[in-house]
Amino acid sequence: MPAADGRTARWLPRLAQLSADYARAIDDDRLEEWPGFFTDPCVYKITSADNHRRGWPVGLVYADSRGMLIDRVAALREANIYERQSYRHLVGLPVILAEPDEGARVETSFLVVRIMRDGAMDIFATGRYLDLVVEDGDALRLRERIVVCDNSRFDTLLALPL
Amino acid sequence: MAARSDAARAWPGETLARVPYWVYQDADNYKAELRRIFEGPAWNYVCLESDVARPGDYRTTFVGEMPVVVVRAEDGAIRAFENRCAHRGALIALDDAGTTKHFQCVYHAWTYDLCGSLVGIAFEKGSHGKGGMPASFDKAAHGPRKLRTATFCGLVFASLSPDAPFIEDYLGPDVAARLRRVLSKPVEVLGRFVQALPNNWKLYVENVKDTYHASLLHAFFGTFRITRLTQGGGVLVSADGGHHTSYTIDRADDQASTAYREQNIRSEKPSYRLADPSLLDTVDEFGDGIKLQILSVFPNLVVQQIYNCLAVRQILPKGPDRMELAWTYIGFADDTPRLREIRLKQANLVGPAGYVSMEDGCVGGFVQRGAAAAERLVSVVNMGGDGAESQETRATEASVRGFWKAYRRYMGL
Repeated sequence: MPAADGRTARWLPRLAQLSADYARAIDDDRLEEWPGFFTDPCVYKITSADNHRRGWPVGLVYADSRGMLIDRVAALREANIYERQSYRHLVGLPVILAEPDEGARVETSFLVVRIMRDGAMDIFATGRYLDLVVEDGDALRLRERIVVCDNSRFDTLLALPL
Repeated sequence: MAARSDAARAWPGETLARVPYWVYQDADNYKAELRRIFEGPAWNYVCLESDVARPGDYRTTFVGEMPVVVVRAEDGAIRAFENRCAHRGALIALDDAGTTKHFQCVYHAWTYDLCGSLVGIAFEKGSHGKGGMPASFDKAAHGPRKLRTATFCGLVFASLSPDAPFIEDYLGPDVAARLRRVLSKPVEVLGRFVQALPNNWKLYVENVKDTYHASLLHAFFGTFRITRLTQGGGVLVSADGGHHTSYTIDRADDQASTAYREQNIRSEKPSYRLADPSLLDTVDEFGDGIKLQILSVFPNLVVQQIYNCLAVRQILPKGPDRMELAWTYIGFADDTPRLREIRLKQANLVGPAGYVSMEDGCVGGFVQRGAAAAERLVSVVNMGGDGAESQETRATEASVRGFWKAYRRYMGL
């Protein structure tokens, strides 16, 4: 059973809030706020369940600093060409899997619908966030977020973060 | 309809510098491509040798749209056969990869050895003396089609045709040497993803061969001077036109070049700076100063070195207006932890979310949609003239024209 009755159990409402705030920042096109959900340094990686299971390390997106997340947003804003699109994240309830000294290992499922500029929408990705959440001052932040997509096939391109 | 289709399919003259748009749209032409190119005398990239390292290791993939199994047989040879049961046509192997002693179709349990030969039929003699296959049925005469295989630098190729030449003759000396440059050591797979693209497969091949677009479409390349047309480099086109290599060598004087700014080209943004420039920390691992090498082998393989990010891309046609790009990211077995970390960081440049490759993912769809009503019109492929020979500049479309030279020969167009 998950260790949800331990020291970090009182975090559950705050973890749910973190998860909801994270999703809203992306879905509402406030990408500049996205790096702020992470500590610095941090790990952010988007991979597939298949790669994750096989232990293949490469990610579609991989960052080991808040600066790399800021660069991702800057590239999306300044450099990259892609058709206007947005996401709708539906995130599940966080489950605390373990309580290491530095924080909590948390798993949260997600479903992301992608809405294109012509109004078409499709399920773009589903999966789970595997997080290491830590207390950073007054806030909970992500020291690590591994985005494990159930799908290993991605339509056209993955621009916005998951 | 037939008359319209025939008229629409005429090739507009002999020049390689004009390409008709119907070639990306026509369903009959697409079927002809599968027969004449992918199932014809071309070598299709199918997997890495390391994917089938030991006897019994197999991987399933496609040659055009034909499902195939690639497997290491007991004698150590790599075999390939159509993934189609000789009985009713069901897939024989259902997983992407695995290890087995034999293959058995799930439908009626017909069994195949590692060479794809039919060796067992369930209830071949019937039951209680009744039923079963006719005594005259010859298992050796029934089986999925077998493909020839060839390996080069750890890459496995397959061909259904007895007419495909020796693999090194097929590649030609320039492309073979450029493959050896990158793939000289045992590789390790670092990850695999599939990118589904909303365009005809040839639009992606052209994009890969198109050295002209790289620093124009991709602001990331242009701005950080990863590859710019003002740098050194060039493009090598194989004698038959089908394969190519382009490469970029940094030039000390490029940092001062203002050619992009003077032409008001969007992709150079002087104000754009990385907050964490460690993304571009690079080791000159091949010792020759070449920062970027993109190589294609007709019809479906791309091998990429962008800084220290190495990947093999397999082009899979999925209909006239759809394709999949199967990415395999690789490193070498002897990578230092530092080099491995660099590869993981630079993987941000490519793949479906790549700072560079995401744009190649959508631009083919822009052409597919933009030319939707233009089947009788032509596109212009005239940069660097109208030939398909190697050039010491990348401000050319020579290797795109090379593709059409090879394509028209295979297709009889």
